[in-house]
Amino acid sequence: MDGHQTYEEQKQLVFYGLKLLAVITVVEVAFALFAKGHISPTITFGKDGGFGQALYMVAMVGASAYKAYFIVFYFMHMAHEVRGLVLSVLLPTTLLIWAIIAFFQEGGSWGSRREQIKEKNLEVVQPAPKPQGYYILPGTLKG
Amino acid sequence: MADSSVTHGHGAHGEDQNLWGGAKEPMKASYGKLMMWYFLVSDAFTFAGFLIAYGSLRFSSPTWPEPDFVFASFPFVKAHWPLVFVTFMTFVLIFSSVTMVRAVQEGHRENRRGVVFWMFLTILGGATFLGSQAYEWTTLIKYENVTLERNPFGRYMADGELVDASGKPVMENGAPVVVKKDDSYLLHGHEHDGKIELEKKYIKYTSGNYAGQVHEVSQGPKAFGALFFFITGFHGFHVFSGVLFLTIIMINAMSGLYVSRKNGYEMVEKIGLYWHFVDLVWVFVFLVFYLL
Repeated sequence: MDGHQTYEEQKQLVFYGLKLLAVITVVEVAFALFAKGHISPTITFGKDGGFGQALYMVAMVGASAYKAYFIVFYFMHMAHEVRGLVLSVLLPTTLLIWAIIAFFQEGGSWGSRREQIKEKNLEVVQPAPKPQGYYILPGTLKG
Repeated sequence: MADSSVTHGHGAHGEDQNLWGGAKEPMKASYGKLMMWYFLVSDAFTFAGFLIAYGSLRFSSPTWPEPDFVFASFPFVKAHWPLVFVTFMTFVLIFSSVTMVRAVQEGHRENRRGVVFWMFLTILGGATFLGSQAYEWTTLIKYENVTLERNPFGRYMADGELVDASGKPVMENGAPVVVKKDDSYLLHGHEHDGKIELEKKYIKYTSGNYAGQVHEVSQGPKAFGALFFFITGFHGFHVFSGVLFLTIIMINAMSGLYVSRKNGYEMVEKIGLYWHFVDLVWVFVFLVFYLL
């Protein structure tokens, strides 16, 4: 598969890969600890539940996606396979984009329904006013 | 020499050969390699299903245990070192992936000694990873009492102060213990009549919907334990079967079986694809369980 690469070039790629994956991993972990207040307790944007956390998550997903790309294309030699093979492996995985959007949306919706139920349980409901003057059918009044 | 894997010994017959006979390789990859790729595609969907289930359950919960609080133990050290051990595990897998690439390269050069040497290092890496996972699971199950349906790790829903069962504030160093929204807690367990019971803690909320009320501090989201053990367990099972197959193929390589096939140690290349996939899945397990 690597007919166009010399043995030395191949070996270089391996050690480049080792360095790349190691550096990305260390940076990811350091950034996680930084963003979640383990390095300076005042910096906690990684878990603020808002924009900061969203940004943090995008950065983490991006770095991991790059690691995945490198492993698939260079360690698994996807870069040197014919186009048909590459597409037949990669195209089906685009379905996952739909799956992620749909199921996360669904999960978020369960969450907000649960919150709604909790809020409703806390509501104090005024009892309806007693109706005045009505007929009771004969024989229905008991006790 | 380096091209030996392209021809696979029997790929080069004339164009007029019977196309249904299987001699032609439509994707310039052997049947076995192609099927390994498609197996990995289906396996990727299985893992994606698991990880997406984790995501939707997490989104559906008002709180979720904080990974850098949960995963902070380290062998032989009594310290709170968030994410350090799992980073070590990640490095072990990266190293074993790298040694696997080297084994495949030596296979293309038909270098038997090289193949066996690098495969042996790969197996060592896989075994180290499994041992590390055993440590991690032991810590969670034995010392922190996480099971498939019990999760003592949680986070407070709102600000408050800890009180005892009668409603009196819990004092520490002469001051009441104040907790903030999203702070993490672990309910310690103790054995009682052969069953684990979690300690009882109470909180008097000072903010949120329940301000002024005293509530028992409950377990964290229960799905956490089941998701963690199933997903890392499924990945660990992949590592385990990978180590098994790597060992078989290494022994075959030692015996000289692949020398006679003259196809550039294609079997090593196939198990290599599987092994890199295990590393690839770990990238996402690491992301989802430990980083996010």
